[in-house]
Amino acid sequence: MAVTQDQDQRPEVPDGGPLLRVSGLEKHFPVRRGLLQRQVGAVRAVDGLDFDVRRGETLSLVGESGCGKTTTGRLVTRLIEPTGGRVEFEGRDITHSSVRQLRPLRRDIAMVFQDPYSALNPRHTIGTIVAAPFRIQGIDPPGGIRSAVQELLSRVGLNPEHYNRYPHEFSGGQRQRIGIARTLALRPKLIVADEPVSALDVSIQAQVVNLLEDLQAELDLTYVLIAHDLSVVRHVSDRVAVMYLGKIVELGDRDAVYDRPMHPYTVALLSAVPRPDPRGRGQRRRILLTGDVPSPLNPPPACRFHTRCWKAQEVCRTQEPPLAELAPGHRVACHFPENEPSGADAARVSDRVTPATLR
Amino acid sequence: MSIRDESRPFLDVRDLKVHFATDDGVVKAVDGLSFSLERGQRLGIVGESGSGKSVSSMAIMGLHRRAQITGEIWLGGEQLVGADPEQVRRLRGRRMAMIFQDPLSALHPFYTVGQQIVEAYRLHHDVSKKVARKHAVDLLGRVGIPQPSSRVDDHPHNFSGGMRQRAMIAMALANDPDLLIADEPTTALDVTVQAQILDLILDLQAEFDSAVLLITHDLGVVAEVADDVLVMYAGRAVEHGPTSELFAAPAHPYTWGLLGSVPRFDGGTGRLVPIPGNPPSLLNPPPGCPFHPRCRYRELTGGRAETERPQLRAIGPAHSVACHLDDAQRRRIVSEEVPTWL
Repeated sequence: MAVTQDQDQRPEVPDGGPLLRVSGLEKHFPVRRGLLQRQVGAVRAVDGLDFDVRRGETLSLVGESGCGKTTTGRLVTRLIEPTGGRVEFEGRDITHSSVRQLRPLRRDIAMVFQDPYSALNPRHTIGTIVAAPFRIQGIDPPGGIRSAVQELLSRVGLNPEHYNRYPHEFSGGQRQRIGIARTLALRPKLIVADEPVSALDVSIQAQVVNLLEDLQAELDLTYVLIAHDLSVVRHVSDRVAVMYLGKIVELGDRDAVYDRPMHPYTVALLSAVPRPDPRGRGQRRRILLTGDVPSPLNPPPACRFHTRCWKAQEVCRTQEPPLAELAPGHRVACHFPENEPSGADAARVSDRVTPATLR
Repeated sequence: MSIRDESRPFLDVRDLKVHFATDDGVVKAVDGLSFSLERGQRLGIVGESGSGKSVSSMAIMGLHRRAQITGEIWLGGEQLVGADPEQVRRLRGRRMAMIFQDPLSALHPFYTVGQQIVEAYRLHHDVSKKVARKHAVDLLGRVGIPQPSSRVDDHPHNFSGGMRQRAMIAMALANDPDLLIADEPTTALDVTVQAQILDLILDLQAEFDSAVLLITHDLGVVAEVADDVLVMYAGRAVEHGPTSELFAAPAHPYTWGLLGSVPRFDGGTGRLVPIPGNPPSLLNPPPGCPFHPRCRYRELTGGRAETERPQLRAIGPAHSVACHLDDAQRRRIVSEEVPTWL
């Protein structure tokens, strides 16, 4: 769904709109130098994002390191404060909420972290770790904290009797389950999972992916998944947003993005994924991007991908392509998209080329 | 003193065991591994953490200090197990070289990239620093680093992740090694950079006609690069065969499990079939087949899985498997239960 223009007039009906709405989101980290620590520049980690997260869906943010996907996750969970734009959760503006104002929000939005080794306090027992949300929020679950924790442990496939054990006694996959149990404690509506399986072995990855899918179905959860493994993303997502240097370059339904990618970067990214199918070796067209991702400290002007794009022309260096809806529910920021549906041409030209450039 | 046997394959590993003595007991990280590799061939070793794939490659390179290594490692007809460390040191770098997963910790942060390549080259070649430096510039150009004559004086922190990996490959190639061991060479890299580096390794391998041992957990990478695949579990080979055969007709329940655990990239979004349980402890490996506690088919072996260690046996011209299931059982399971991959 495209972002509607009347978002500010939207009535405060929590069940109607999207669960999370992000508009114009920016995060610029200052770069300071010298004795006086004067600001000499800014890392434009996230530079103007617009997207909605619908109830019950899984939206994945994909892209290479430095594209801003992790920063986006931390912004929408308000672990860090945006420098621009707006984040709304169930119609409430939480962009600049204070720590105190955010406290009730922490029940509704939770996060699963990548590294199951550093996300758990080694000096606390599993029981203490999973019970922490109850204590912090001052909640006394019916039946007591202990039984609530044990129920959570069994829900994520751990032995509830391991309540008194310490994190080091568990394997990586089990630790990730502990982190998920803690995340579920307060029955959140939205879970932001930042690379939840990338630190795990292949066979354990599949266990955790299945667990996340089961929990979504049972508890009616909404996921924002941040991941770089494009096979896992295809498996679990409803919609996919592809990011490059702090911007969304393509956003659409999973199958549309994977089967008919329009942005050249998405095409290159998908073609680079090694497939476990030796027959395709040498026959598949693989697009090799040259060079590295440019620095977000000083991103290329206009279309940020033009320095590595094989289709780039003059307009790409001078005019930034908007994230336009070129097919139903499929938005792309490119002047020369691939796999474009026929008939979209006219709309696109009128959409993009301003009278000034026509003359 | 060195022991020679010219009739052997270029790299020939026989019944390799690498054991570590710890306070808790002996960790059998590698426990009876055999394979061989000719020049111009690429062998992929796959397995999960703790399967012994990295420990084996470190043993070939002679990089273990406190390990009890037994068995045989023959490189170009020279026996490396029990050889004089000085003899192995002469081979290391010149005849065999290694690319590590994390270039930032494999390159020295204090020295420039050029100095590190020059050092590696002059260790085995009696040339002036000037000549060696020119060689370093050539190598950096060969691995695709732009403006090599100026980048040669940069420190590793000035390079991006992909460029560092290229610099490390340049260093590994400095002495034109016959055997290149790449231990998870692209795991720390983004997917577009991974594609560049894999292509680079393939190009260089073809050009130098070297043997490549590729260690990875990524079945996709193996399918793209390797001629043959060796699947390791708990310090042993459980399956070994040509890449195409291994993906078309995998034979070991663990291989089935690995393939079922990976989401299909091209669509099929059915539920994943993970391997239940966790990898075993190498201090106390399970008796019999080390995979039996996680194996769905152990009941079919009439109790042998729990008591008898299966040996690698041939099921095809170049395909072997260490499993008690008989051929008929295996064929039935592959055709009826294992998700088809090809």
